[in-house]
Amino acid sequence: MSNSEIAVTGLRKTFGDKVVLDGIDFEVAAGSVFSLLGPNGAGKTTTVNILATLMKADAGTVRVAGHDVAAETKAVRAAIGVTGQFAAVDEPLTGRENLQLMADLKRVRPSAQVVDGLLERFDLVESAGKAASTYSGGMRRKLDLAMTLVGSPRIIFLDEPTTGLDPRSRRTMWDIVRELVAEGTTIFLTTQYLEEADQLADRIAVLDQGRLVAQGTPEELKRLVPGTHVRLRFADPGDLETAERVLDGATRDNQELTLRVPSDGKSRSLRELLDKLDEHTIDAEEFSVHTPDLDDVFLALTGHASTEVIAK
Amino acid sequence: MSTLPTSFGDSAVMLRRNFRHSVRNPITVFQAVLLPVILMLMFVYVFGGAIKVKGTYIDYAVPGLMVMALTYGLGPTAAAVNDDMTKGIINRFKSMDVSHGAVMIGHVVSTTVRGLIANAVIIGLGFAMGFRPHASALQWIAAIGLMLLLGFAVSWLTVAMGLAAKSVESAGMATVPLILLPFLSSAFVPADTMVAGVRQFAEYQPFTPIIETLRGLLSGGHVSTGDAVAAVAWSLGLGIVGYVWAVSTFKKRA
Repeated sequence: MSNSEIAVTGLRKTFGDKVVLDGIDFEVAAGSVFSLLGPNGAGKTTTVNILATLMKADAGTVRVAGHDVAAETKAVRAAIGVTGQFAAVDEPLTGRENLQLMADLKRVRPSAQVVDGLLERFDLVESAGKAASTYSGGMRRKLDLAMTLVGSPRIIFLDEPTTGLDPRSRRTMWDIVRELVAEGTTIFLTTQYLEEADQLADRIAVLDQGRLVAQGTPEELKRLVPGTHVRLRFADPGDLETAERVLDGATRDNQELTLRVPSDGKSRSLRELLDKLDEHTIDAEEFSVHTPDLDDVFLALTGHASTEVIAK
Repeated sequence: MSTLPTSFGDSAVMLRRNFRHSVRNPITVFQAVLLPVILMLMFVYVFGGAIKVKGTYIDYAVPGLMVMALTYGLGPTAAAVNDDMTKGIINRFKSMDVSHGAVMIGHVVSTTVRGLIANAVIIGLGFAMGFRPHASALQWIAAIGLMLLLGFAVSWLTVAMGLAAKSVESAGMATVPLILLPFLSSAFVPADTMVAGVRQFAEYQPFTPIIETLRGLLSGGHVSTGDAVAAVAWSLGLGIVGYVWAVSTFKKRA
């Protein structure tokens, strides 16, 4: 494929006798967002480190921006920007000085313009003169990403950019990623959150114990897992039976006395569902809406929950 | 020995970064000077009177204190180097193709400069307390040159220790031997007054010939060729060991 910014074939990496990456293949199209989804310890960071020239692969070929990462490291480095899992900012320096440091190292001129622009874009103007050590987690991540953007790299690696961030900062990060993509940047993103991959990615690959267990668009992946549904629990088996009759597509669990009803989870359809129960004077003991999450994807794809992988 | 590809421009940028760190954290300079100053006050005003040396005690003590001012400032450097390696910043530099040498040179040069500033403080305070060197201009230049050489040497060694250490805390601790060694030298008392065993150790450890050379230069007197050669050889040796160790450790770690 000529328009792939990243092409990986047969990538393997072992630490001691632990196989971290067991032969993975994927391609990332230019100007797209590719998300590597997986639990802690699946090999996401190792993949990023190899793709970003920070680590050597044991086997396989990796081409980034048209260059081999092992043979043409310099050319790869000139095209990429990396934001690691832990904000890599220089703490004693101020936000502005951190950006200036990047501009100096990348020989970006005139640097003042670039630095000012990034401070503004990331809403860091007010704290630009404060030491990065005083920044909150969200601000640090923003500064970290801003530092990565100095010199406008073609390809950006984001390793769990929103882990540990509050929902508001997470939204801000998502908006920034969308802006970058709109400008034509290719983004390689790792995440533990299905929602994040769903929101941002054009393609998702699911990594489990060093293997890619699924790859596709968010829609394709979600088809693999049970969709959003409503769960109803009843005190009385009679109610359960009646409810099953009147609600479309419901499946019941006699042991638990629960009913699973497919639904989009929107208020309108929920109201309709509740109205129907009212019509037939059925009372549910418990009512909850379930949206598929990473665990569901994992259960569907691997037969074990994501948390079991961590325990191993 | 492997050659280190170093871009001069990157080194200058990294050096500016390390200078900024020092300015932000003036305690590191303070730490380099504080203990040597306390020792200077104690030895000159309290113990000095009981120690028999040629000339005034302060003239005897200043060279040793200058060496201590170099080594006392090393702890923060080892910690800072280790901090760079354990936090994500080193990966950022690496992925930006900043040369390994530039990262280390930033630390080495800023540490050496800090040590020389500490040296200036010791000399200045020494003057106020009655230190009267009789060195010629040439001898002053030689003395400063020796301090510069030793500064670079112990800085490389410290950078290596910072790279090799498992944690920031142990990195800071690693420099303690460099801080303690001058006590077992002729810094405060002539080596020939020490008990056998300690005396031999004091005579053959690196800091004694360095301090003796410095003392000879500053007093404007005679420097034995043996001491001068040993001083330069030790400084070069320590520096080369530090450099090789630092470069190989850096390659392994990053």
